[in-house]
Amino acid sequence: MIEPPQSHTKCEISFQVNGKLVAVRAYPMERLLDVLREELGLTGTKEGCGEGECGSCSVLMDGVLVNSCLVPALQAKGVNITTVEGLAEDERLHALQQAFLDCGGAQCGICTPGMILAALHLLGKKPQPTIEEIREGLSGNLCRCTGYAQIIEAVAEVGRRGIAG
Amino acid sequence: MRARPAEYELAAPGTLSAVLSLLAQEPGEWLPIAGGTDVMVQYSAGRLPSRKLVSIWNLPELRRIETIGGKIWIGAGCTYADLCDQEIVRREFSLLASAARWTGGIANQNRGTIGGNIVNASPAGDSLPALMVYDADLILVSAKGRRSVSYSDFHTGYRKTRLAPDELVESICLDRRFSGYYAHARKVGARHAQAISKVCFAALGRLADGVVDDVRLAMGSVAPVPLRLSETERLVKGHRIEPELMRLASRTAAAEIRPIDDIRSTARYRAAVAGNLVAEFLERLSVRGRTI
Amino acid sequence: MNTNRIVGKSVPRLEGRGKVTGQALYVDDIVLPGMLFGATVRSRIPRGRITKITFGPGVDWNEFVIVSAKDIPGKNCIALIDDDEPCLADGKVNHPEEPILLLAHPDRRLLPQAVEAVSVEYEPLPAIFSIEESEQHSQIIWGADNVFKSYLIEKGDLDAVWERADYIVEGEYATGAQEQLYIENNGMIAAFDPQQGLTVWGSMQCPYYVHKSLVKLFNLPAERVRVVQTETGGAFGGKEDYPSMIAGHAALLAMKSGRPVKIVYDRMEDMAATTKRHPSRTRHRTAVSKEGKILGGEIEFAIDGGAYETLSPVVLSRGAIHAGGAYYWPSIRIRAKAVATNTPPQGAFRGFGAPQSLFALERHMDRIAQVIQLSPAEIRRRNFIKPGETTTTGQTVTEAINLGKLLDRAMEISDYSAKKERFAKENRNSTRKKGIGLASFLHGAGFTGSGERFLSSVVGVEGCAEGTVRILVSSTEFGQGTNTVLCQIVAEALKVRYEDVSIARPDTQEVPNSGPTVASRTVMVVGKLVQSAALGIQQTLEASGLLGATYSPEEFRAAVRAYVAKNGKLQALARYEQPEDIVWDEQKYRGSAYAAFAWAVYVAEVAVDLTSYSVSVDDFVALQEVGRVLNPVLAKGQIIGGIAQGIGFALYEKVIWQEGRMQNGQMTNYIIPTSADLAPIRVYFEELGNVHGAFGAKGIGELPMDGPAPAVINAVEDALGVPFRSIPLLPEDIFDAVANERERERFSPVAGDRR
Repeated sequence: MIEPPQSHTKCEISFQVNGKLVAVRAYPMERLLDVLREELGLTGTKEGCGEGECGSCSVLMDGVLVNSCLVPALQAKGVNITTVEGLAEDERLHALQQAFLDCGGAQCGICTPGMILAALHLLGKKPQPTIEEIREGLSGNLCRCTGYAQIIEAVAEVGRRGIAG
Repeated sequence: MRARPAEYELAAPGTLSAVLSLLAQEPGEWLPIAGGTDVMVQYSAGRLPSRKLVSIWNLPELRRIETIGGKIWIGAGCTYADLCDQEIVRREFSLLASAARWTGGIANQNRGTIGGNIVNASPAGDSLPALMVYDADLILVSAKGRRSVSYSDFHTGYRKTRLAPDELVESICLDRRFSGYYAHARKVGARHAQAISKVCFAALGRLADGVVDDVRLAMGSVAPVPLRLSETERLVKGHRIEPELMRLASRTAAAEIRPIDDIRSTARYRAAVAGNLVAEFLERLSVRGRTI
Repeated sequence: MNTNRIVGKSVPRLEGRGKVTGQALYVDDIVLPGMLFGATVRSRIPRGRITKITFGPGVDWNEFVIVSAKDIPGKNCIALIDDDEPCLADGKVNHPEEPILLLAHPDRRLLPQAVEAVSVEYEPLPAIFSIEESEQHSQIIWGADNVFKSYLIEKGDLDAVWERADYIVEGEYATGAQEQLYIENNGMIAAFDPQQGLTVWGSMQCPYYVHKSLVKLFNLPAERVRVVQTETGGAFGGKEDYPSMIAGHAALLAMKSGRPVKIVYDRMEDMAATTKRHPSRTRHRTAVSKEGKILGGEIEFAIDGGAYETLSPVVLSRGAIHAGGAYYWPSIRIRAKAVATNTPPQGAFRGFGAPQSLFALERHMDRIAQVIQLSPAEIRRRNFIKPGETTTTGQTVTEAINLGKLLDRAMEISDYSAKKERFAKENRNSTRKKGIGLASFLHGAGFTGSGERFLSSVVGVEGCAEGTVRILVSSTEFGQGTNTVLCQIVAEALKVRYEDVSIARPDTQEVPNSGPTVASRTVMVVGKLVQSAALGIQQTLEASGLLGATYSPEEFRAAVRAYVAKNGKLQALARYEQPEDIVWDEQKYRGSAYAAFAWAVYVAEVAVDLTSYSVSVDDFVALQEVGRVLNPVLAKGQIIGGIAQGIGFALYEKVIWQEGRMQNGQMTNYIIPTSADLAPIRVYFEELGNVHGAFGAKGIGELPMDGPAPAVINAVEDALGVPFRSIPLLPEDIFDAVANERERERFSPVAGDRR
């Protein structure tokens, strides 16, 4: 006889999101993406594919870019997550957000949060990236609208202006 | 997302010995999950048979790199990004660094681990041909102790390895003796980034007096396991690289592999590309091999 | 000279801030109190009768809302052109993934297993999967002969032409299905109130299409159905008609449960079950003189519509009308048909039939060039349509378009001739073969023929209490810039600031029906109406004495405030009226097919790596005449985005079918270009104006989809000397062709007869 699957219990998982300490009750194998969107109401991070291919779900985990659709909630314990909601300071947009607006980097906008975080991660490692480095740094984030050109322009622009804007 | 999280257990004991105890208590019951870039994809698709998982993500015992004497130990928990960040890997084991940069996109490189690539044992694993040509040894660890297995012996069939149900790969041990070789790697996929390989190639070569003194060729995605092209190596060793040898080596490589038709590509394409990659390597070796 | 202050400038995207901060709300970001989640049980076979449905063990079915065809209050169909597509299968299925049952539950995570636990038994029937099988009539699966629609376009005396021809050149070309791959999957939320009626919110292009189909499905009066568009994460045609299906499903579950219901597909379901670009087969037979002039030709254009009619007649129409491209055909016969197969119904995808027929034509032009031994540029130059000449449907070109000059300019920018020569030399000793290819084409903007008159679009512009102006249209934003450009048009027309203009969310309760957001009609047709309505407001204010003949933006705002305070409402409507010079005969399929054509020449430079047989596009020049560029950044973004999709169509995007079902329905296995795959794309515009478009604009959304595939494949042929005639062209296909070449050790003869 095949045993029906058990239902396990949720556990308390605490971590930082955008500088704030949060504690959620979640199943350990819930996806970090769903915890962010459904438990914490941070819907800026998107699901495009559920297989780690499109990058719409990208967040920074301890400063490092990851696909949150592939991170089990339990592995986020004690980390520092940055989502798109953490970039602007009140009314003042982050330099990357402003550059995306200025250069036309966002069309339908669904890839934009993940794309901006990927760019942020890249600029953290290479403050003045070449076009080739930008192309490579964003190659895990798929965009169907822009053909990438104006996204690359936006990131290059921030490389020129400096991330402090 | 087709899985029901409530049905899954994920234990995270936090130390290697605690994980090994768990695996010893219930061998085969707990699926280790490191960065999750393979396991979580299966899980999300509703195709993960295991309901009990144990996290080995970020265990300090597994996520480190040490050099002692003439060897380097790369912890199985090192991510691809970790590998790219290490100067010694870039300098002395460039084939591993290249593979690390080609595996998935940046986000997946930050989470995927070399141990995961090994244990997943997909013949398309990008780092696996590199491990073959570097003659890697795997240090396998369990609650009972450690043992070393030559990587060339590790795969026993399609997605099957010698890893026992209570074991983990602890580290990969490489001899630091390949600096004098010309190293060449190439991955052929459907696009330039974030592609599963159709053919994945790693090669080392060394010339002495214009003659091939040593050559090591390995390929992924062309057989049920990552393959060392021993026949092609035998053909080439001890000879000068000339057009006729390159043609023959190409044909031998294409015949030596066992590619299939699948959703990504065809057997005949893979065979042709495999032959071309070997010829391309030999051509570059004949030019670059001299300058080392 | 541009004297405009706002039109022609790259003003910031109106809704951009929400997009870069993650605050924009897409359907899956929205939660309603008491909301349930829905899922769909779908057919696993391509064709057959349903004999039994069993609800399996391990699921507490009492917790689930279950809907079948029997629950449909109105007509079980997705009303579009005809009513042949069921909303839920009723006893028979005609394609894999056809929806059979709907389930809802409060716990989203229980649904996938519940769907798996429903077992459907079938009595399978033989199924067909290709245009050829459909034509053979071994199985009749739709109507009397599997043909959804056919058209015949005739011009001149074709039969007389074959005798006179010095050359008769034949060719057959094929294009595969293409998945739109919007990054946001399809999704809808529905709520049903017995008094208020039905409301749906979701990702869509055409609120009034959804509205019309729900009215019929539920047999509700129009005013008791409300459709609201949420921020939409890409569409490209893939959300033109499919949203009506998913909205119907969510609504049925909402009605049955009495609670709001959200259905959002995951990627695997969206890819397998929803519409794609119609696969096509085009056969050309062309009579050409020894001077390289086209005397006439026969074109057979066939598209695979899948199991139900949906939009196939319209895709066919556009494909057929564009089949003759940017050339002058003294005589032509175009036979076009859309046929049925047992695959999920195909639908709209940017270009809508034109990328298919133009691929064939532009490949065929290169073939003609080879037979006659003229260059690809020269054969086009000698046949370009000129002002005063008529198109294949007999429409006279009235604008001063000079395609020869456009070609010259594109060739100059791309350094075409020098590169072609250099590549030919360098290729002899290289394993990386380079080639350069071009495509010249046109794209008609707006609905075909009497389509715009039939749509009879209405727009509104109203004054708000605080003095700003608000646009009321059902035209949707999904990245292409609708919101921004329509506001620019109004701000320019009224001489107010861009910041003083807003646009209402497309909500059928709030906005009139300005037609669907398709066919590259929004800026041109709807924009012009919006411009009219704006001027209507201005006239009302002037007539009321609150506004002078000249005024400042502040004065305008004050006038609006005063008017609204006094009269409660300030609104002007404008309805589309077909210009007199656009006359179309629906029966004979002749006349002015489109109010305006945009024209283009694209040049692609490629390199074929003979180690891996992969093609990379190393340079791409896109030159197009678009009437007027209303927002340079947005316009450039549209062109580059469309070209990226066109390159995908040519080289990367293959749908792998097995028994009518897409096998590679994951992003890992359906390949679109990443940022590392696309070389810089160089975009140039020319502007001839357009009397039928707002501020002279023509539609440009779909134009860039038509050129890249033939330009790229023409370039690949230039590089390798092998004539590829079907796309997508994968490295495996190139290998097969090149391997054969090596075996035969000579090039295959070009199959054109010299008479």
